[in-house]
Amino acid sequence: MRSSRSTEIALFVYGLLIIAFLYLPLVPVGFASISKARYLTFPIRQYTTQWFGQALESATLAELASTSLRIALIVTLLSMLMAFFGALAFARYQWRSRGLFQKLVLLPVFFPQSVLALALLILFNSLGVIPSWKTAVVAHLVWIAPIATLVVAIRAYAFDPMLEEAARDLGASTWTVLREVTLPLLMPGVISAGLFAFLLSWGNFPLSLFTTGADSTLPEWLYAKMVAGYSPLVPTLGVLSVAGSITVILAALAIARALKAVRTT
Amino acid sequence: MKRIDNRLGLLSAAPLGLLLLLGFIAPVAVIAGFSIMPQNVFDLAHVPDFSSYPLLVEQGYLKSLFRSLGLALAATALLFVICWPLAYAMAKVFRRFTLVITIAVVISLCVSENIRLFGWALTLMKGGLVDGYLNAWFGGGIGGALYNVPIIVFGLVYVYLPFMLFPLAQGISMIPEDACHAAADLGASRWQIFREIELPLAAPGIMVGSLLTFVLSTGALAESKLLGGQAVVAIATEIETAFSFNQNWPLGSALAMTLILIVSALAIFAISRIDLDAVMGRGRS
Repeated sequence: MRSSRSTEIALFVYGLLIIAFLYLPLVPVGFASISKARYLTFPIRQYTTQWFGQALESATLAELASTSLRIALIVTLLSMLMAFFGALAFARYQWRSRGLFQKLVLLPVFFPQSVLALALLILFNSLGVIPSWKTAVVAHLVWIAPIATLVVAIRAYAFDPMLEEAARDLGASTWTVLREVTLPLLMPGVISAGLFAFLLSWGNFPLSLFTTGADSTLPEWLYAKMVAGYSPLVPTLGVLSVAGSITVILAALAIARALKAVRTT
Repeated sequence: MKRIDNRLGLLSAAPLGLLLLLGFIAPVAVIAGFSIMPQNVFDLAHVPDFSSYPLLVEQGYLKSLFRSLGLALAATALLFVICWPLAYAMAKVFRRFTLVITIAVVISLCVSENIRLFGWALTLMKGGLVDGYLNAWFGGGIGGALYNVPIIVFGLVYVYLPFMLFPLAQGISMIPEDACHAAADLGASRWQIFREIELPLAAPGIMVGSLLTFVLSTGALAESKLLGGQAVVAIATEIETAFSFNQNWPLGSALAMTLILIVSALAIFAISRIDLDAVMGRGRS
């Protein structure tokens, strides 16, 4: 369908508007983080950077960040591992229960996260497990590992099974094929799955809310402070975590670049 | 080859499969078990009496459940209308700009939803970005636009836009251009092409996108709390109150179970109608 020039321009503008809509709420957060007033009203009269200093020195916030980071890193590693094998079972091998396995992987993705977290909480309680950041890792994994698997599966669908068979015909063992052929071919998918896993875990709120017990993550703290007992550190922390996310994305892009450069030389 | 595939498939499915059995199937089974237990018990060693389900109706929980589902449905319908033109353009019209939009949307996802909702609260509250500057510049603000039902739907639409946009764009990219050309040559109007060709052919993407946004919206609790104040209590909050504050696990479980049954029925219906291998592998088998 050839669309006319004016339709194209209208769609282009529409796209820009949607992007602006997505980013608009970050503007007042940015302003609020440098407002001097303890209770915020716009327009802002006095500016200050004192909240950033306080946020960086605060022991509570350091503790929150380290809990969030610990959960996210463990979830990322385990998700990458499960997603690599899971994607092979999902997309590559033609095995007996593949259809059932595909449905089992998809169901948690199409499941309300808060309800999943509450169900896990009741399970932990009835098993006598005291919720902590470790149980939150389990909750995050149940939702994030399937998504990571889907990301790798897209890659696994696209690769040619003949490559593996050729290696096997040349005498490579199953393990060698996996390490020398399958893993390098799926690696880009595994890395993007890891990136997704990290960001999804780092920013997750509904799963953490019910499963961290006495521990708390950054999104939980932000929520608690927004609902009751506003703190001027809320917008500051918002800005810091945006900066953190962008750093992670840039780092990931840089690593992907470097890996590509290594492989082509 | 078949034998090897069977063994390798089972082996490589094991880690994720085990996690999902213990972390997904087991908790749902426990909830199902508690939902038929007598009131206020904390273990499953009792004679089931199904007393929680009638209570859901009597105590008005069902109404609150349907209100949450209604809000989610409204958000899903709005998102479909909002996202279709952009998804269409991403799949069929834009070239390089599609990548720009994709990256911009993905990066916005990396900012915790609580911070973005907080941003909307700052924008729309009394004395917030909009009201404050209108007051300062023109001497009359609009007051606060928060704490009502439409603003909750707005929040849901805002947060879950990417989950509609991407599946929709993927679905639309599966429409062969030739089909539209042929229909146009045979005299079909733009609307007829949309209804008779594009909608059915993009159906897998539409189903995945709608299901994702609907399910995520039903489970959402931050939108109602941060933007809606006390206007509506999210169903997840109701379930949590039953569990923690009222200490009535069977009642909370019955409420959760009702929601789970509705959502799973939709999910299983959609998943079983989609040829996953075709959607994800773009037709390769």
